[in-house]
Amino acid sequence: MTETSSSVRVSAGTRIYLYLSLSLVAAVVLVPLVTTALGGFKTLGDLRLNPFGLPSEWVWSNYIDILLGERYWRQMMNSLVIAAATVFLTLVVSSMAAFCFAHIRFFGANQLLNYFLIGLMFPAATAILPLFIRIRDLGLLDSYWGVILPQVAFGLGMSILLFRNYFRNLPEELFQAAFVDGCGYIRFFWYISLPLSRPIVATVGIVTFVSSWNSYILPLIMLNTESKYPWPLGIMVYRGEFGTDWQLVLAFITLTILPTIIVFFLAQKHIIAGLTAGAVKS
Amino acid sequence: MTASVGDASSLDAATKIRYKSPTARGRLPALIIFLPPAILLFTLFVILPMGEAAWYSLYRWNGYGTPTEFVGVRNFEVLFNNAAFSRALINNGLIIVVSLLLQIPLAIWLAVMLSRKMAGVVAFRLVFFLPYVLADVAAGLIWRFVYDGDYGLFAAIAGFFGVATPYVLADRDLAIYAVLAVIIWKYFGFHMMLFIAGLQSLDKSIMEAAEIDGATGWQRFRYVTLPLLGSTVRLSVFFAIIGSLQLFDLIMPLTGGGPSNSTQTMVTFLYTYGVTRMQVGLGSAVGVVLFVICVTIAFGYKRIFMRHD
Repeated sequence: MTETSSSVRVSAGTRIYLYLSLSLVAAVVLVPLVTTALGGFKTLGDLRLNPFGLPSEWVWSNYIDILLGERYWRQMMNSLVIAAATVFLTLVVSSMAAFCFAHIRFFGANQLLNYFLIGLMFPAATAILPLFIRIRDLGLLDSYWGVILPQVAFGLGMSILLFRNYFRNLPEELFQAAFVDGCGYIRFFWYISLPLSRPIVATVGIVTFVSSWNSYILPLIMLNTESKYPWPLGIMVYRGEFGTDWQLVLAFITLTILPTIIVFFLAQKHIIAGLTAGAVKS
Repeated sequence: MTASVGDASSLDAATKIRYKSPTARGRLPALIIFLPPAILLFTLFVILPMGEAAWYSLYRWNGYGTPTEFVGVRNFEVLFNNAAFSRALINNGLIIVVSLLLQIPLAIWLAVMLSRKMAGVVAFRLVFFLPYVLADVAAGLIWRFVYDGDYGLFAAIAGFFGVATPYVLADRDLAIYAVLAVIIWKYFGFHMMLFIAGLQSLDKSIMEAAEIDGATGWQRFRYVTLPLLGSTVRLSVFFAIIGSLQLFDLIMPLTGGGPSNSTQTMVTFLYTYGVTRMQVGLGSAVGVVLFVICVTIAFGYKRIFMRHD
C-alpha cells in the first residue's frame, strides 16, 4: 500500500516490467506443480519424450487406479485422524492452561509460563532419540498416540502464548460483571472466554493442523506398520516401491497434495493470516 | 518455533493492577483442573527428553536396558572430528547465508511490487505463498522429478539445448545447490507475506513526503521503505535461521543427505547416524549441540538485534 499515491502515474513501461517479473516468478513456482499433475496423465514413454507439454494421449488409469485402491484413502484417513486428534488436544490443553496464566494470580505463575516458553526455543528433532525411547517404554510405539502426544507437547509453548495474549485482551468489564454475579472461573472459561475466542481458536487450530498434516519426522520414527502411515510417510514408501515409474509417483503426489491445495484456495485468507500471524505473534 | 521468553514478566505488572479488585470463586479448582494436563504433557515429552539427551550424550548406548558405558565427552569429540558432521554444520550455515543474500531480497522485491494497487496482485500473492503450504516431503519429491536426469524437466531442458543430461542430485558438488534452490522455492512466499504485512503497517504519509521532495523510486525504497522495514527484516532472518536448523523433511526425499554426505544438515545427520543405527549417545550429542545453538540464537538474537522491536 506504500505506493498508492504513485499508482496513478505508473507508466506503461513500468507496468510491463512489473507483470513480466511477476509472471516469471509465478512460472518458476507453478511449472513444477503443473508438470507433476500433467505427468500423472502420461505414459512413461510420453513423460520421457515430453515432460513439459500436455499428454499426447490422456491416460486416466494412473489416477483412477490410485483412487479405486485402498492405499491412498487409508493414508489420508491416518493423517486426518492424527491431525484432528492433535488439534483437539492442543486446543483443549493449551486454552485451559492459558486461561490460568491470563486470569488467575497464583504462586509461581511467571516461572511456570516461562517454563512452557522453553518449548518455543528448540525443534522436536533435538530430543528425538530420548523421545523415541520414552514412547517405546510407555508402550506407545507404532500407535497414533506415539505421534499425537509429542506433537501436542511441542506445540504447547506457542499455543499457550497465543491463547494467553488473546484472553488478556478481552474486555475487563466482562469479568467484573460475571464475578459480581457469582460466576466461578471454570464456568467463566467455558461460557465466556472460549465463545469469545473464535479467531484465536482458528489461528491455533490452523497452525496445528497444517503442521501435523505435513509432519514427517515424528511418524517416521514412531510408526513402523505401513497400514498406520500418514501420507507423507506413505508417499515415500510408494516412491520407493515404484521407483522410476514416475507417471504413477506423480499421480500419487498430485492426489496427496490436492486436498491441501483445494483447502488453501477455499480458505486462503484464514490460512495465510493464521500461518503468518501464528509465527509473528509468538 | 520462535522465542518469546521474557515478555511474561513485563506484561505481568498490568495484570496485577487489572485484577486486584474482583475475586471469583473456584480459583483452586480451576488451577487443579486446568494446569496439570499441560504441565504433564510438556514435562513428559519436551523437558525430560531434552534433559535425557544431555545425559545420554555422555554414554555409549544402543537404546536397550539402561546406559552404563560412560564415555564422557567422547561422543562430542567423535562428532567434531567427523567429516559428515562438519559438512552438516557448513550446510546449515550455507542455507542461512543463501537465505540472507537471495531469499530475503527476493521476498522484499516481490512484496514491494505486490503492495501496489493493480490488477492481479492478490492472485500473484496466492501463487507465491502456495509452496509454503505444501508439505516439505511432497515438495521434495516434486523437485526430485524436476531434477531427474532421465524423465524429469532437467532432462528435457538439457535435451533441448543438446547437452549431456546433468544428474544434479547425484553430483557431489552440485547437489547442495539444487537443494538450496528448492529451499528458496519453498519458503520465499512466507517471507514475502511477512514483508507485505510489514509494508502495510508503514505510515503512508512519510512515503508521500519523500515523493513530494522529489525522491526517485529507488531512493524512496533505499532511504525510506527499507529502514522502516528493519524489524520485519530481523524477524525474517530469525525465521530463516530457525528453519535452517530444523531442516529435515525437504532433504530426505531429495537426497537423503547424500551423495557422500554432501547435503547433510544437522538433523539429517542425527537421523542417519543416530536414529537408524541406534547410536543413542552420538545422536543425543547432536541433539545437545543443536539445542545449544538454538538457545544461543533465541536469546542472543533477541538481545542484540530485536531489543527495539
